[in-house]
Amino acid sequence: MRLTVNGEAREVEAEPEMPLLWALRDLLGIRGPKFGCGVGACGACTVWVDGEPVRSCTLPLEAVSGEVVTIEGLAAAEGLPEGTPHPVQAAWIEAQVAQCGYCQAGQIMAAAALLRDVPRPSEAEVEAAMTNLCRCGTYPRVREAMALVAARGRTDTGALAPAKKEG
Amino acid sequence: MGRVTRRIFLGLGVAAAGGLAVGTWWVRAPHDNPLEDGLAEGETTFNPWLKIGADGTITVIVPRAEMGQGVTTTLAALVAEELEVSLEAVTVEPGPADPAYHNAALLAKGAAKPWATGWTAELARAAAGTGAKVLGLQITGGSTSTIDAFDKMRTAGATARVQLIRAAAARWGVEPAGLRAEDGAVLDPGSDRRLAYGALAAEAGALDAPDAAPLKAPSEWRLLGRSQPRVDMEAKCSGAPIFAIDEDLPEMLHATVRMSPRYGAGAVSVSSDAALNTPGVLKVVPLSTAFGEGFGVIATNTWAAFRGAEALEIEWAPADYPADDAAQRAALAEGLASGEGFEAMATGDASAFLASAPADEVLELDYETPFLAHATMEPMNATARLAGPSLEVWTGTQAPGIVRALCADAAGLSQDRTTVHKRMMGGGFGRRAEADAAVYAALLARETDGRPVKVTWSREEDMTHDGYRPRVHARLRAQARPGEGLVALEARVAAPPLIASVMARHYPSLPAPSADDPMVEGLVDQPYAHPNWRVEGVPVDLGVPVGFWRSVGHSQNAFFLETALDEVAHRAGVDPVEMRLGMMTGEKFAPARGALEAAAEMSGWGEAAEGRAKGVAFHLSFGCWTAMVAEVARRDGGVRVEKLWIAADMGRALDPRNVEAQLSGGAVFGLSAAMMQALSFADGEVQERNFGGYDAVRLDRCPEIEVRLLETAPRLGGVGEPSTPPVAPALGNALFALTGERLRSLPFGRSVSFV
Repeated sequence: MRLTVNGEAREVEAEPEMPLLWALRDLLGIRGPKFGCGVGACGACTVWVDGEPVRSCTLPLEAVSGEVVTIEGLAAAEGLPEGTPHPVQAAWIEAQVAQCGYCQAGQIMAAAALLRDVPRPSEAEVEAAMTNLCRCGTYPRVREAMALVAARGRTDTGALAPAKKEG
Repeated sequence: MGRVTRRIFLGLGVAAAGGLAVGTWWVRAPHDNPLEDGLAEGETTFNPWLKIGADGTITVIVPRAEMGQGVTTTLAALVAEELEVSLEAVTVEPGPADPAYHNAALLAKGAAKPWATGWTAELARAAAGTGAKVLGLQITGGSTSTIDAFDKMRTAGATARVQLIRAAAARWGVEPAGLRAEDGAVLDPGSDRRLAYGALAAEAGALDAPDAAPLKAPSEWRLLGRSQPRVDMEAKCSGAPIFAIDEDLPEMLHATVRMSPRYGAGAVSVSSDAALNTPGVLKVVPLSTAFGEGFGVIATNTWAAFRGAEALEIEWAPADYPADDAAQRAALAEGLASGEGFEAMATGDASAFLASAPADEVLELDYETPFLAHATMEPMNATARLAGPSLEVWTGTQAPGIVRALCADAAGLSQDRTTVHKRMMGGGFGRRAEADAAVYAALLARETDGRPVKVTWSREEDMTHDGYRPRVHARLRAQARPGEGLVALEARVAAPPLIASVMARHYPSLPAPSADDPMVEGLVDQPYAHPNWRVEGVPVDLGVPVGFWRSVGHSQNAFFLETALDEVAHRAGVDPVEMRLGMMTGEKFAPARGALEAAAEMSGWGEAAEGRAKGVAFHLSFGCWTAMVAEVARRDGGVRVEKLWIAADMGRALDPRNVEAQLSGGAVFGLSAAMMQALSFADGEVQERNFGGYDAVRLDRCPEIEVRLLETAPRLGGVGEPSTPPVAPALGNALFALTGERLRSLPFGRSVSFV
């Protein structure tokens, strides 16, 4: 089967029912999306298909309808220059969100999709979009990092705008 | 797993005097330096924690397991601080499994009360810690990593710094006293000469480590006490393949396991035909271990292995233990009523007071807490390769020494032919102190002709096979005197003995202790004056494997005690904060009063907005004095947990932002359990097999959390676990204040609709 992943055409030999997650991880060696539950309940496997966040552990290959973007290709997918982190990733680092880090690729993919479509989301919009599970309980910093992106916006290259100096 | 070995090895007090001389003694200890094998070209090792290359590369070994608690950063900073280098200049490696990295603090922590000082307390701690050294226990647990490393790893940096200065002095022909170290180099302030560490490493490493190396005073610290960017943050925000589940080796096969859902019961019959006909499935292998009976399925990819495992047609033998909730409840009720227990504490005469108290002053309170799974985000997994006479295992583990020993056994090899490669853990919380996933991988590696095999569990397998938090029933009887408060307290706790369960899986040949410390911890060690206080544990084996769940026995015992104290305060007509403050008497309990007063002040204790209510709890665990106030509010459709205020005194916050994250995250972990988590059983099998039936707090229901760090306690405390225990009582007490209904059974979500 043919897939486009992070801008590259890839050929995978797999059964059409194989979930996208396992094709990415075991067949294509793309291991940013994580396996958490296998039933679409935790969001650790979140990737974009056609720009929309989806849970790749329950999406059969035969149902993949468009280009796949994983955390590895997130910055490039939004046209950032190579080596520049996506603003959501930059905010995550600045707010020191991650603890164990296992769920964070999925959290970032979900947050990046929301902030792309709704640059200044309401609390209700954040809560509706961010359903990913985190057992370390990093949610307060997830909120903080998302608010940081919303408040600062992006530079001309699409990177996270620097904090305004006080005074 | 420290507590029991503490008991066993407490007899080894002869070595205590040596153990007291922490500091250089640890660095010069008779363990070999495991870094001496495998140095790269130009590398010099100074001690088990430090290598410096001729090219200036500085490698710090952080031998504790990173499961999100930030230990990689904080422990590296201990060495960097004394070595006079920046954190950015340091490369961190997890190091090998080796006795040099034993965790003395883990065993020492139970040896004396956290507030105890003086010779006897130090002797007890040192003697227990020496046990860890003898055992070579390299365990990450008990919130002890920083406590254990604080002197050792600062000394590792300081002694190397002295060696580097001496080497420069010899090179220049001057006295070392006139030189100083700064930013990765030795300087001669008299002549402005400068030599980088890389240029000095070989000569410095050849020198003997000094007998004494002065440690910097906290006022001179550049890194410690200040928030550092985590060294693992960028990798974790970029999807880097840093977890064991991301292992990818040439020729690697994939596998999973399907173990009996009934503990100790094997397969009566099995048909593998459908499994073997599943595309990609290569082999089905029976497994029989101290952890469980079942089958491994080896395949070309993980999904095929999962499908193959599902396709196995197995009839499992019946459970030979109480098989459902009603049977468990009956067994625990019988234990509470008439089981033989062990007395863990008795001061004064609680029974006499309770017998003679007026009836309306006596509270008799029955509590229940359920079995809980750890449910780490990364399901259990390990990769193993058995090639010729050597075994390699890649896994995330809190106990690499135990993994190495048990995997060597499984492969029929000696330990020196077994290597454990430690990987970042997608959550630990005590689950990865168990060796089961690694042992299964080692066994399956025997079946793959030298090819590596990665064994990944399904979420369902992970949920149904764990060292669970035990189900516990407790009965507390208390006398509440009007206008005063607590006069006497008796607690009787019926629970599956935890240490015996862990020992049976990992050290079946060693005897289990008769008294199970985790059953009563949190009831016998609190900073309250307790003139009449009696605690009894009643072991009731329910046949379900139990283990270390973040904060262990404290997690349920704090719920019992702190909820009961709230009831006592209300019955006595006194304020719950004031009553506790009155029990926290004397200088030794000052950190307790400080934490409780801080939480009360932060939360505006005593003020309540319309439709809102607050509850308070205090708990001392892992050397961290923690007070918490929870606020709840009536909302459309139910009750919302609005806010948690946490005031915690861990003596010294070595990295304040990380400490804050740990206390906040530990509270969310406890909140999930208090609000919604419980495992139920039918036919001996866990019924909640995925996050659908066993959810956790998500962003929408996560309250605001405000943390204040206090630094007055005389001893350094851990921070990974102490904020978990006080959540359930603080929330339960807040719910009572809101609704007037007392909830003495967890989770509260059975009675309250949370929104």
